[in-house]
Amino acid sequence: MTELLLDVQGLETSFKTAEGTVHAVNGVSFNLKEGETLGVVGESGCGKSVTMLSILGLIPSPPGKVHAGSAKFFDQDLMKMSRDEIRAIRGAQIGMVFQDPMTSLNPVLTVGRQLTEPLMLHLGMTKKQAEERAAELLEMVGIPNGKDRLSDFPHQFSGGMRQRVMIAMALSCSPQLLIADEPTTALDVTIQAQIMDLVKRLRNELGMAIIWITHDLGVVAGLAQRVIVMYGGFIIEEAQVNELFANPSHPYTIGLIGSLPRVDQGESKKLYSIEGLPPMLFDKPNHCPFAPRCKWVMERCWNENPVLETVAPEHRVACWADVKKERPR
Amino acid sequence: MSDNNVLLRVDNLVKHFPIMRGIFQKQVGAVRAVDGVSFEVKRGETLGLVGESGCGKSTTGRAILQLYRPTSGSVNFDGVDLVKLKGEDLRKMRRKMQMIFQDPYASLNPRMSVGEIIREPLIVHNVATEADAEERVKQLLELVRLNPAFASRYPHEFSGGQRQRVGIARALALQPSFIVCDEPISALDVSIQAQVVNLLQELQDQFNLTYLFIAHDLSMVRHISDRVAVMYLGVVVELATRNELYNSPLHPYTQALLSAVPIPDPVAETTRKRTILVGDVPSPVNPPSGCRFRTRCPIAESVCAEERPEFREIKPGHFVACFFAERFL
Repeated sequence: MTELLLDVQGLETSFKTAEGTVHAVNGVSFNLKEGETLGVVGESGCGKSVTMLSILGLIPSPPGKVHAGSAKFFDQDLMKMSRDEIRAIRGAQIGMVFQDPMTSLNPVLTVGRQLTEPLMLHLGMTKKQAEERAAELLEMVGIPNGKDRLSDFPHQFSGGMRQRVMIAMALSCSPQLLIADEPTTALDVTIQAQIMDLVKRLRNELGMAIIWITHDLGVVAGLAQRVIVMYGGFIIEEAQVNELFANPSHPYTIGLIGSLPRVDQGESKKLYSIEGLPPMLFDKPNHCPFAPRCKWVMERCWNENPVLETVAPEHRVACWADVKKERPR
Repeated sequence: MSDNNVLLRVDNLVKHFPIMRGIFQKQVGAVRAVDGVSFEVKRGETLGLVGESGCGKSTTGRAILQLYRPTSGSVNFDGVDLVKLKGEDLRKMRRKMQMIFQDPYASLNPRMSVGEIIREPLIVHNVATEADAEERVKQLLELVRLNPAFASRYPHEFSGGQRQRVGIARALALQPSFIVCDEPISALDVSIQAQVVNLLQELQDQFNLTYLFIAHDLSMVRHISDRVAVMYLGVVVELATRNELYNSPLHPYTQALLSAVPIPDPVAETTRKRTILVGDVPSPVNPPSGCRFRTRCPIAESVCAEERPEFREIKPGHFVACFFAERFL
């Protein structure tokens, strides 16, 4: 049995805004084994990014506040660390890639300068060693003439190339965990295919664990081993990837998978659509967050928020209804 | 050739945007956004126009509606060449063709109420008195499944999906026969996309609308279109009926594009073969000679650099611009 790399328990994060407190993450628990790829799926505002930022200590406070929870990375609790302690881990043992490579690279520093910084800071390399390694890293992520390109600025790279630079930077200190937050959302599909191919290759070569946050179920299907589905700041379903797509059990997951047309299927039936809108999260719900949009809603759903329960091996669902059998569980 | 079935015939459409330099604003080059595009749209059908960012698909849509005046070519709409029209004559034609925009946040005036936004085309084109317009706005809101009482509200009070419905109501106000849908769902969450697509299809059935559906989401285009055209760097490389194009693509670019689209099914994902293109799309300022795709094409030969491949009908209704398309028949 492989060891747990990350164990998150009872994470709660909220933000104070002019309109009221937004309860972005409401008690999220999950774990990750060494070398495992976990897909985190959900729509905008479901709390998937905030969950990861909370773990990494990157929630700006104020307005944000992490109220509760622990996040054990190996044996250390990331939540209890001081700023300096967690800084030593971010970028070294945990690498990060964000959605928009243009805003996450510094436009006035050369790519070389940005790539060598973590190497000198975390690994104590000299400038010369760091530059050599940086050139290797660029080649590793498929940027030819790595050495010459170190003196280029981010605007001299295309979108896909910039995302490769971000991946090179995230992997520069050989992290055990890579957290990727919608890294291919801003890219065209052929470039997305290049990046996903690259990530799969690097995963095999380097063996790091990956948390891949996305709204695209297709990307998850091709990359993840296990998937978490989030809605309204809660995890509402969790399963191995094949199990999730074969037996989706939460009404939201079922709706999400049903609402996607497939490029490999022709017949043009009406798309399944989930009526209504995602919740605003101003009140911490004491009922199921999906109840207002759910076709199978029962009285109990309005009185109690369901917790995750195991319905099949390694498959947990937060729903009072057994949707397939059309009756309460 | 005059076919009563054809609502729109685009012939060798070209749109170049000049690049100016210096204090005398001398033209030093051109962005060849659309460089010789020809296709027909039949009455009541949906023609999907797909391609990656920068391929000229939106420019094509706007040049058809004369929002950009084409550099050359003709746009024959219902027997009238729009390129030759101007002033009042063009304005009269505009009633018959409308547009739905990508960004529902930017395409609605934040200082106008939803009622005013939908009423404006009626007043501008003098087709309704104030009192009639009031009634018509209510009908239109009901048509797009919004509460008619919302007419006095402002765009910021609505979600993205609801705003897109307002945009659709505005486009329908003048009872057009043709609507250019420019990425109407790409800014929306997955569960909301299905709602809007289903609405567009219902409206099409109800009013016998003709759509040019511009998108980069190939799965959704397959779902909604009758025929599909694929663009690359300012030219259409392939055009066929939906199932023909997706089941037997003949252009190497279409093949690569389709293989890059993730499928929300882990079993299908592990077994499929991908063609991963190398490199990025070249700049439309200085496109490659001959075939535009040859720099990334896996089967390119020397002839591809010398001559531009003709856009030819290789089977009935299946057009392709590639010298070697026969290999894939």
